Order: sequence, then structure tokens, then C-alpha cells
Amino acid sequence: MADIQWGRDVDAAMTQARAKAMPLLLDFNAAPM
Amino acid sequence: MYPNAEVSEFISGHFIPVKVHVKEQPATFKRFGAQWTPTLVVLDPDGTERYRFEGYLPAPEFLAQLEFGLAKRAFAHEQWAEAERSFRMIVQRYPESDAAPESLYWAGVAKYKGGDHGALKETAALFKRQYPDSAWAKKASVWAG
Repeated sequence: MADIQWGRDVDAAMTQARAKAMPLLLDFNAAPM
Repeated sequence: MYPNAEVSEFISGHFIPVKVHVKEQPATFKRFGAQWTPTLVVLDPDGTERYRFEGYLPAPEFLAQLEFGLAKRAFAHEQWAEAERSFRMIVQRYPESDAAPESLYWAGVAKYKGGDHGALKETAALFKRQYPDSAWAKKASVWAG
């Protein structure tokens, strides 16, 4: 099973999302990282 | 944290995923108004929020919510055919999910907005057979004519 490549920086992810024309999924959590 | 392969593949294939920890990034919680964990938020690339849901869900319900977020996004962009297809797929794939009756409702609205003026009445008729006790069936009942 491929791991999800989670980003940590929302603004950097938005730049990436714009470049790829993809939506973002933000996961706000309290679980151990 | 996402031990389900289908969930992992779906997220990787459809989103730019970002994890935000309550202790490490409290300012980001505040920025997006997240008040509980877990909170999942679907955003357009420009940061416009399209959907959010809170609380733990088992994999099928979680997948249905992610699909619903994409369907709502297509709807917001007035991509009526894509939105209808996505909403109907949720009903088909996750018929027992909480997202299914709401998806059936919005599929009808998307079809109507796409130019099919019989779609609302058709949807009201569908609700007589599917999810007749749901809140969404009540909302669609006004379309029965």
C-alpha cells in the first residue's frame, strides 16, 4: 500500500495544487505525527 | 493513520494532501476555523473551501465523504454533468452511507441545473423508493408536484 505523501505547509500545497489543478485536502488532527 | 488501501489511493489520486497538527500549527487551525479533530476540509487550489466534515468515520463512510467533497466542488464550479455523475456514484457505491441520501438530492439538482427540467420531479419519485425516511426525502417532497 502506497503511503500518502502528506504536506505540512498549506501555502506550499496551494502552489502545488494550482500547478496541478487539483483540490487540496486538509486533515486537521491531533494524532501523533 | 489511514491503514485502508482504498482510502490512501483515493486521497493520493484526487488531492494535494496536507496534514495539520493541533499542537504544531495552531495558527493554521485558526486560519481555517478548525475547532475539533479530526476535521477534513476540501479546498480549491485558490483556498476556497468547498466541503468539510468532522469526526472519525469508518472507511466506506470516509470515502463517501471525500467523494461528496469532490461532487460539491464540481457543483460549485457549475460542472453540472460531472457533479451529477459524482453524486450518483456515491449513491451507487456507498448506498448505506449517510452521504447517499444527500447525494441523491444534489444529483437531482445538478441534473436540473444542467437543463433537465423534469429532474426534480424525477428525484422526488426516486425518494419514494430510496431513503424515504431521510430528511432529504422531505426536502425533495416539494418537487413531487
